[in-house]
Amino acid sequence: MSTTFETIIAVAKAVTPNVTPVEHHGDLTIHVDRDHFMDVLAELRDNPRTKFNMLVDITAVDKNTSPDRYDVVYFLLSLEFSHRVRIKVGVRDDRMELPTVVEIWESANWYERETYDMYGITFEGHPDMRRFYMPEDFMDADGTQLYPLRKDFPLMGIPGSLPLPPKEEI
Amino acid sequence: MGLNEHLTRDGFVTTTLESVVTWAQRNSLWPMPMGISCCAIEMMAFGGPRADSSRFGSERFSFSPRQADLMIVAGTVTYKMSWVVKKIWDQMPDPKWCIAMGVCTSSGGMFRSYPVVQGIDQFLPVDAYVAGCPPRPEALMKALMYIQEKVSASKPTLANFGKDTGTVNRGEIITI
Ligand code: SF4
Repeated sequence: MSTTFETIIAVAKAVTPNVTPVEHHGDLTIHVDRDHFMDVLAELRDNPRTKFNMLVDITAVDKNTSPDRYDVVYFLLSLEFSHRVRIKVGVRDDRMELPTVVEIWESANWYERETYDMYGITFEGHPDMRRFYMPEDFMDADGTQLYPLRKDFPLMGIPGSLPLPPKEEI
Repeated sequence: MGLNEHLTRDGFVTTTLESVVTWAQRNSLWPMPMGISCCAIEMMAFGGPRADSSRFGSERFSFSPRQADLMIVAGTVTYKMSWVVKKIWDQMPDPKWCIAMGVCTSSGGMFRSYPVVQGIDQFLPVDAYVAGCPPRPEALMKALMYIQEKVSASKPTLANFGKDTGTVNRGEIITI
């Protein structure tokens, strides 16, 4: 493990000892529990040894297991040191929410909306928690909201959930 | 005898109003460029100097649907976008024609998934489907020539003077 990775892990470990670093193909991933991930993210941004001043993306992973079903993934980039790290936070399927990180990086606004749209994970304290790509009334016949990137969503969608304009008579 | 000889010898030609209107219509098809994704780049090449759509009177891409005869739907139409495409189509005055350019528009193409309309003929009357991902500008030219033939074969709807206008045949499938 390179010295850069050791620095990042040391900065994260100083916040909470509950971090699990994993290195895979030269990329560093740090698993953090949900009680401490906000502090770890804020520290990684502010610490002069890491300076992760850019949030590149937020997405989620549906592992299709219960109860630890989802991982929310934060992709960070330090423009000054040009190093990257992924932070993964587990989300249980009986508690589908996380606090928002909009106060730490403003760019999180749309990424969190997209994650909500695709997986149905809500972000507490988000200024505008609406759907992003799909229509606001994207639901099946029973009125259940649909989240297309979940593993149990059929690839071709649910017939009738997205209406088409009527075809004109010729 | 060609038109030129008629004009130089007699100074006039006789014809029917219908054929003059059809002739004008077929040689000035103004496209509405509904360029939604990558196919639109080839549609621009179709208007550019090498393929040169102005040879067919179609160089004037109309960015307002109200002055257009021909909608070229070039790109992936999602369910959300389908309402916009339909709205623009409805704003075009009759008679109007529609080319589905590229496999995405014709059948969903490689995007066999939940947000993409699997063929715009589910909500639009399509006259020509152009195969390819993206189709070459020549293929779009062939579709345009096919539409021109279709226009010549139909009676002009604008000059009907209360007569039966005949049916404008839509939904016929050709592959370029
Ligand atoms: S058919 Fe191919 S080139 Fe055309 S819009 Fe679809 S993906 Fe793009």
